Amino acid sequence: MSEATLSSSSYLQSLLNGQARPAASTQVWLNQLRSSAVETVSELTVPTTRDEEWRFTDISLLTKVSLQPALVSNNLTAADIKPFLIKEATTRLVFVDGVYAPNLSTAAKKEIVVSNLYSELAKNSAVLQQHLGSHAEIKGNAFTALNTAFLHDAALIMLPRNATLKAPVHLLFIASQKEVVSYPRTLVLADNGCEATIVEDYVSLQDEAYFTNAVSEFVLADNARLHHIRVQREGAKAFHIANCSAILSRSSNYQSVNVAMGARISRYNLNIRMAEGAECSADGLALIKNRQLADTHTFIDHAQAHGISRQLHKCIVGGAAHAVFNGKIMVRHGSQKTDSQQSNHTLLLTDKAHVDTKPQLEIFADDVKCTHGATIGQLDNEEVFYLQSRGLSETLARNMLTYAFGAEIIERINVNSLKHSLEQTVLEQTSTQL
Amino acid sequence: MIYPNSKTILEVRNLCASVSGTPILKNMNFTVKSGEVHAIMGPNGSGKSTFSKVLAGHSDYEITGGTVLFEGKDLLELAPEERARAGLFLAFQYPIEIPGVGNSQFLRLTYNTVQSHRGNEELDPLEFDDFVRDKMKLLEMREDFLDRSVNAGFSGGEKKRNEILQMALLEPRLAILDETDSGLDIDALRIVSKGVNHLANKDNAIVLVTHYQRLLDYIVPDFVHVMEAGRIIKSGGKELAVELETRGYDWVSDEYKAASRVAA
Repeated sequence: MSEATLSSSSYLQSLLNGQARPAASTQVWLNQLRSSAVETVSELTVPTTRDEEWRFTDISLLTKVSLQPALVSNNLTAADIKPFLIKEATTRLVFVDGVYAPNLSTAAKKEIVVSNLYSELAKNSAVLQQHLGSHAEIKGNAFTALNTAFLHDAALIMLPRNATLKAPVHLLFIASQKEVVSYPRTLVLADNGCEATIVEDYVSLQDEAYFTNAVSEFVLADNARLHHIRVQREGAKAFHIANCSAILSRSSNYQSVNVAMGARISRYNLNIRMAEGAECSADGLALIKNRQLADTHTFIDHAQAHGISRQLHKCIVGGAAHAVFNGKIMVRHGSQKTDSQQSNHTLLLTDKAHVDTKPQLEIFADDVKCTHGATIGQLDNEEVFYLQSRGLSETLARNMLTYAFGAEIIERINVNSLKHSLEQTVLEQTSTQL
Repeated sequence: MIYPNSKTILEVRNLCASVSGTPILKNMNFTVKSGEVHAIMGPNGSGKSTFSKVLAGHSDYEITGGTVLFEGKDLLELAPEERARAGLFLAFQYPIEIPGVGNSQFLRLTYNTVQSHRGNEELDPLEFDDFVRDKMKLLEMREDFLDRSVNAGFSGGEKKRNEILQMALLEPRLAILDETDSGLDIDALRIVSKGVNHLANKDNAIVLVTHYQRLLDYIVPDFVHVMEAGRIIKSGGKELAVELETRGYDWVSDEYKAASRVAA
């Protein structure tokens, strides 16, 4: 077609060929998975604003960044990652530029597995073959396909039947080098009746451009309960594109909170598929400023009856930043008694701040309860006046209200130290914006 | 209570204010001395609430004429927060909710901000906790009040009690209570009134803005004023409120119009 298509498909090729692909595994199925991903990449192009799913999010800037192969050696020490540690977490997997760092990690390998997937391949081949790459669709998704083509190290969490993990598991993905691509990957297999909290955390040790292309798969068996906390605090010039699929079996419960405050451009696709009686929440906060763009696309699929979904997504947009929220809720034919609530609230702090928000409800069942609502606004002058009338300066009043707006989401994080440190970040960020 | 030789706290002279070009206050005159309790009554739209908000410094209202002296200082020169720090307090008709900010945090912040501007010492969280719990007893507030977000999910009565709690903490020279009684059941009204009466002393003053005489059974005013069309058209003692309750406002209005004609 046009030159644009050619160059964007050659961009994907350059990513494919830009660094050495993983050596062939002894697991034939994994080699097949990778090569079908390579094939898929070859058929695709980088999405543009002409694609409906990318209408508001122009990622052409990404294609202009020169990216080098990552250096394999990681010489980070415990001191380097100390600021990111979550004190409640007793198990932790650390990946530096996509590569597993055993020296920084605390794995678990007995009944409960919290480990680098690559070292578990032989032992758990059958179950991994069944799930890895089966839930994160590569078809039509160039970024998931690229990640899958480079599949090697990955966070693997396997929770046996009825296991309860009291302490949260911390998955820490660190960007340490500039101008590199990393492909973080996570697979969580939660067996019947188990319970756990998983923190997926993206951080950076440097401020130059790089690209994180992450894929996560969460598989919940019947009655499993997972809290999934996702914190995206990448460097200011980073590009972050992530796809997450959560598959919820009968009566399982998936509570997710997604906080996006880093990266120059970020995109998070969250797909949740719900079986009968499953329950989920998909809450989010995008806190952005300057020229940041944060795009959250969620798709909650009530594939069967009696599901309950709750979604509260908030955006605090300062500077000339741009937030995007696209929240699709599908209630399939026969998914009776579905109970779904979605709301999206945006606070625009400046005249140049911008938001595109698009709720999408597709309902094919007739006995359901579905509500959605969206508001976009500035701080309410009456609220500012109230606080001023109590002696607080206008600036402090505005900061407090902005903070409170975001805190409603942060409060839903069930890991106290992380909650407090994020509250502090929100407080600092909201007080420098005004 | 009226004390001999008390100091003038508030002096409003010929105050005119408008919102989006529409005049709301028209030559308002009003004087409050320390120790006094004033009630401002009047029908809807007479400008009562506007007057409260103008005094507190709401930015929606444009001052088009007149002066306001607060303890001898030009009040209109001050930003809303400076008025609060100087000792003016407005209890809101509709207190705002701030989910995400704990009530104790908020109360301590406002207390310390105001105290530090008055040159007093701030309290650390533990000291403040003792201090605020003591004040809460006065308003019969439950302990969990402090742990909740500011006004979020509070009942009408709880919000109003929270306003009076803030009044108790900030120790204003002049407290304006904007329809603090509306929407309260009789128990809540009794508690709120008891709190206000407890806080009233010879060095401060209270202005009650209200529709209903009911409140004045509990907080007895020294003066009752009737507002209409942006000015005070009649002032009297507490018996005026009783008369208004039985006869309504029309007769006051008629009297005022007749008097104006005579004057003209």
